[in-house]
Amino acid sequence: MCTVCGCGEGEGRLEGHTHHHEHSHSQIAHNHSHQGNDLHDYGSGPARAHAPGLSQTRMVQIEQGILAKNDGYAETNRRYLTERGILALNLVSSPGSGKTTLLTRSITDLKGELALAVIEGDQQTTHDAERIRATGVPALQINTGKGCHLDGHMVGHALEQLAPAENSLLFIENVGNLVCPAAFDLGEAHKVAILSVTEGEDKPLKYPDMFHAADLLLLNKIDLLPYLDFDIEQCIAYALRVNPGIQVLQVSATTGQGMNDWYQWLRQARLAVLPQTHVTTE
Amino acid sequence: MHEMSICESILQTLEEQAIAQHFSKVLTLRLEIGALSCVEPQALQFSFDVISHGTLAEGASLDIIERPGLGWCKQCEKNVVMQQRYDSCPHCELAPLPLISGDELNIKELEVE
Repeated sequence: MCTVCGCGEGEGRLEGHTHHHEHSHSQIAHNHSHQGNDLHDYGSGPARAHAPGLSQTRMVQIEQGILAKNDGYAETNRRYLTERGILALNLVSSPGSGKTTLLTRSITDLKGELALAVIEGDQQTTHDAERIRATGVPALQINTGKGCHLDGHMVGHALEQLAPAENSLLFIENVGNLVCPAAFDLGEAHKVAILSVTEGEDKPLKYPDMFHAADLLLLNKIDLLPYLDFDIEQCIAYALRVNPGIQVLQVSATTGQGMNDWYQWLRQARLAVLPQTHVTTE
Repeated sequence: MHEMSICESILQTLEEQAIAQHFSKVLTLRLEIGALSCVEPQALQFSFDVISHGTLAEGASLDIIERPGLGWCKQCEKNVVMQQRYDSCPHCELAPLPLISGDELNIKELEVE
């Protein structure tokens, strides 16, 4: 990983992106050599001592959030999105919850109404972006390699390349993982967690960080409820216990059941980020 | 295993600080990690050893100050220990409780030369 900009040189890959930057990736190495020189200059240490044996170690107070770097990238993305009236949603779930199916259905139903764009995150393959592009909507795949989540920096580069239309709706489909994506802000307006009823109803308790960070929970595949032993009320109660403010919608991306509620939620969320002039003319 | 990317993030901060504060080697790294944060100290230690190899922090010791999960119960008017974000007050069952500590994820200080 590039330690200047955070690019995963060995791992992360942006579809169609070659790794060119204005800064040199050898910058840190240069600094090392300069610091190597400093090391020999005992007189430049805080003790200002040339006497051999006198320690040059010192304490440096930092008081900095460990994720401050990512949070900085996320803020830049948020500013970019806000300035352009783009509603960005970070879709998080376990693998196999039906995220991509939900997304393609939503796109098919909404593309006549809204400008849409998609950033797809997966460890490998461009299958999902290809599925999205088949709907006629611009999509960009980020392969995280061994990385288990998208981060603010990857999404920043993806935004540059994808350049979503002003006042559009941007879906960011995170890597299927209920743990790591909770900690990494991408600059989105909301995290939307998707949980399918073929999973355990206690997932909100097992992965509380994710459900705590989400503003909306989509309970997907509800058309399968008659065949399953899934206690939907209990699941919602668990989600509310972890996050009393979370909204829950029950949907089936396959049959379309409940999908209008989801679209209505999207329209409302979009109003909050659209510039006022645009709202009045719509 | 997001501890790997968290260590990469820490290392970036160290590299930047090394330039700003003129040091070339980190001997000790003091971190503050909350019990309810997304980080497992053991996994962090393991990742740090791997990631710091060949850097200014190679061989540095990690001193992790673990902060307990504490919530404020306004009914009992005291802090109570929380194992999970959603724990209710063990005395009066009030929930949810606002977190007083436990989600820290900070670099506190460095011993450098």
